[in-house]
Amino acid sequence: MIAVALWSVAALLALAPAGIVLSTRPRGSIILYGGCLIVTSTLCVTALSGLLYPPQPAPSAILPIGLPWLGAHFRLDALSAFFLVVVNLGGVAASLFALGYGRHEDSPGRVLPFYPAYLAAMNVVVLANDAFSFLVAWEFMSLTSWAMVVSHHRDPENVRAGYVYILMAGFGTLALLLAFGLLASEAGYDFDAIRASHPSAALTGTVVILVLLGAGSKAGLVPLHAWLPLAHPAAPSHVSALMSGVMTKVAVYGFVRIVFDLVPEPVWWWSMVVLLVGGPTATLGVLYALMQRDIKRVLAYSTIENIGIIFTGLGLALAFKAEGLDWVAALAFTAAMLHVFNHALFKSLLFFGAGAVLGATGERDMEKLGGLIHRMPKTAFAMLVGCVAISALPPFNGFVSEWLTFQAILLSPQLPSWGLKLVIPAVGGLLALAAAFAAACFVKLYGISFLGRPRSDVAASAHETDGFSLTAMFALAAFCLISGILPGLFIDALAPVSKDMVGNIMPHQVGLQWLTIVPIAESRSSYNGLLVFLFAALCGTAAATAIHRLASDRLRRAPAWDCGYPEADPAIQYSASSFSQPIRRVFGSVIFGAREIGEMPPPSSALPARLKVELHDLIWEGLYAPIAKAIGFATDRINILQFFSIRRYLTLVFVALVVLLLVVAL
Amino acid sequence: MNELRDILSQGAQMSLVLGLAPLLTGFVRKVKARLLRRRGPPLLQPYRDLIRLMRKDVVLADNASWLFRVIPYLIFAGTWVAASLVPTFGNGLLFSWTADLIAITALLGSARFFQALAGMDVGTAFGGIGSSREVMIASLAEPAMLITAFSVAMIAGSTQLPTVAEFMGSDAVGLRVSLGMAFVALTIVALAENARIPIDNPATHLELTMVHEAMVLEYSGRHLALIDLSSQLKLLLYVSLIACVFLPWGTATADASVARLALGALVYLGKLTVLGFLLAVFETAIAKMRVFRIPEFLGAALMLALLATLLRFVSGSL
Repeated sequence: MIAVALWSVAALLALAPAGIVLSTRPRGSIILYGGCLIVTSTLCVTALSGLLYPPQPAPSAILPIGLPWLGAHFRLDALSAFFLVVVNLGGVAASLFALGYGRHEDSPGRVLPFYPAYLAAMNVVVLANDAFSFLVAWEFMSLTSWAMVVSHHRDPENVRAGYVYILMAGFGTLALLLAFGLLASEAGYDFDAIRASHPSAALTGTVVILVLLGAGSKAGLVPLHAWLPLAHPAAPSHVSALMSGVMTKVAVYGFVRIVFDLVPEPVWWWSMVVLLVGGPTATLGVLYALMQRDIKRVLAYSTIENIGIIFTGLGLALAFKAEGLDWVAALAFTAAMLHVFNHALFKSLLFFGAGAVLGATGERDMEKLGGLIHRMPKTAFAMLVGCVAISALPPFNGFVSEWLTFQAILLSPQLPSWGLKLVIPAVGGLLALAAAFAAACFVKLYGISFLGRPRSDVAASAHETDGFSLTAMFALAAFCLISGILPGLFIDALAPVSKDMVGNIMPHQVGLQWLTIVPIAESRSSYNGLLVFLFAALCGTAAATAIHRLASDRLRRAPAWDCGYPEADPAIQYSASSFSQPIRRVFGSVIFGAREIGEMPPPSSALPARLKVELHDLIWEGLYAPIAKAIGFATDRINILQFFSIRRYLTLVFVALVVLLLVVAL
Repeated sequence: MNELRDILSQGAQMSLVLGLAPLLTGFVRKVKARLLRRRGPPLLQPYRDLIRLMRKDVVLADNASWLFRVIPYLIFAGTWVAASLVPTFGNGLLFSWTADLIAITALLGSARFFQALAGMDVGTAFGGIGSSREVMIASLAEPAMLITAFSVAMIAGSTQLPTVAEFMGSDAVGLRVSLGMAFVALTIVALAENARIPIDNPATHLELTMVHEAMVLEYSGRHLALIDLSSQLKLLLYVSLIACVFLPWGTATADASVARLALGALVYLGKLTVLGFLLAVFETAIAKMRVFRIPEFLGAALMLALLATLLRFVSGSL
């Protein structure tokens, strides 16, 4: 099984140089994305079989590459298998989408070679069983995705995005490197050896914080998220989908692998840190998303929200595991993993939809879209499913994982620690806020770009996207529905992962009456997405049939009523900024330092009145800008070293030598 | 035999809520009119309005999409399913385990999501203003509702409404501070969710502050009838929810006899009358708020709910 996985990764790596050749051929992108599609499908099926029928013991392999005395260790246990499914499901969908979408690429040579390498790197991170391979693959994943972020390098925004991204990726890898360095001081690089070692509590505590910084910066935890909304939208849409839907999940994998698996039993304060980061990440991420008008940037910020939800689930799992309540830990952990899967589905779907809109109109700015439901009905339908799913609304899948997280929160009064007793209700409140904001955010995204009247000529003359892209979107939409109405199947499939990581599993779900999910006991809580869906479908059709038969089914078209105002310019519609104005006014003054400045021209002046909205990214201004300024200041000072004469350099070398000798002597 | 009774009970519940919903709205209108010394429309007027609307042609705006035509049915289906899962006269609902309190809240959230989309479909300024304000109100009301659900669920040890109702009716509850806070929070949420005064005014149609009416401005005929019926169902749902959680006395248990069920139905009607009357009195006594006062009002509900939950976390007995 692991041999198939490794050969597939090798095939992906072989496709990377082929991409250079293929990028000059007219049908090159089809061959390359087709190849990636086949390989990722193989990997997906392999991983799925590894997850559903986990072989005992987990298959592993050692290849004679990498460090000479270490080799490269690989292992495919349940956790790896699950994340391999997520990575390659995303890979299959993105490759399928790119079969159509990738043809419009202006400079395929900047994307094609990196795409398979990027997929291979993510697979290797998940398969690696030693710190060296893990870190090399991690960094390779960052670099290949960076290359695709700057593929459209003529836009200065993208270049800046790439710059911030590579800096933050370097920071993240450094933190992980230090974490592994600490762990390796006891046991070496091999994960099996690290698992068997017994590091001190202070050391593991430091490791957990470092991993939270390293994996958290890749996943987009606030305040390490600054690069994410810049970099994810800058890449071509299928790569954006992979970065948001899949790469953030690889970061979650890194966190879970180290914190739940490699280091010994957790301590309660770890969970406190994770919860205090996860809850605010969820709410802030979606509030930022609400303020944006660029579709892809809205989606990128919403990724931050979902990462917050996932980390909240992981934090709860850590808390319950630390206190020995492993049956609740299994619930919280399964909720987090289910959300990993669900988010990969709907976020990829939404990025594909954004890509289709971008391909059809050339616009990412919602203020220039509108009415696309008439021009692109199929894309609009798939996007609607994605928007409902990500807003955590039943009967789709986003709701199930949030519901499970809420159920875990409701069990937390059982925790003995007072700190957690005070933090968890607050985090629950933040998650509830995030869920409501997410719905508002996606009403805005969908309502402004797909409904209403077109706000520009490009939107009015948009055309439906190609068949490959539509197939990818509809497949993901179908998955969103299936995972929403039959969540029991997915929860049961996650049982081996939960068993390995928290030592217990959720009660077996498949086989319960009507495929209900019952996380703890039937008297406590249960949810049946299938019945909700069937009931709603039945009620809706019954109402439609009854009314059409018994009352009236006549319909005529007329100009819009709008309280009797004649149809005016499409610019009179609500815009993306005006839609979020009430929420901006309620929450924005504190969180964004938002200010609205009305400029009225003096009487008798023909100038238009203006309304200016100022929004501040307080995290950027408070944290990143000072650091950048300090570095700029320091480098300016050090810069004089560059212009010394040879005499001064020699003096400098001499002084340095004397100082060093003194240090050594003392 | 038992299954048959369960199915009948569930069916009775579904038709009961559907049949009673317009009556409750009519009753509230009547009481309000009487309090204002008007005679008011007859109690059955909402039924007549619905039938009249259903028989009329639908006049659809030129650029309305297919989604605009489907949404009334989606809203109706979501609200009806949610309303039929809240225990009314009896606890023994066959399908009550389909969705718990959190899922019911989310189902109503789905209905609202589509309603807000409908407001934006035709591309008029009024629709946009309604949707935009609706999501602002929802962004506070929904969390308040969820957190209220948390505190109630923690007191009762369950998010299943029949279990909650049974627990609340037992002697184990006692007088609790957190329960009082949850009650106030839920009441405020109910006012907001049903577009009642002081949040929104269900009676006006052309007022700059309108929210709900602005979203449905472009609807006519059977579509409008369904949306009106959904709003009425939603009002009934919230009144039943408050009755079921905070006034659980007299509800028939799961294994009750037919006579007991009939008694439960009578008691339920009594509760509806009382709560509907209180709603009318409240609406008459208070003025409508400015739009940007609403967040403070709902923020209070959110804080109360959070405080109730926190009290539960800190102490088992408060």
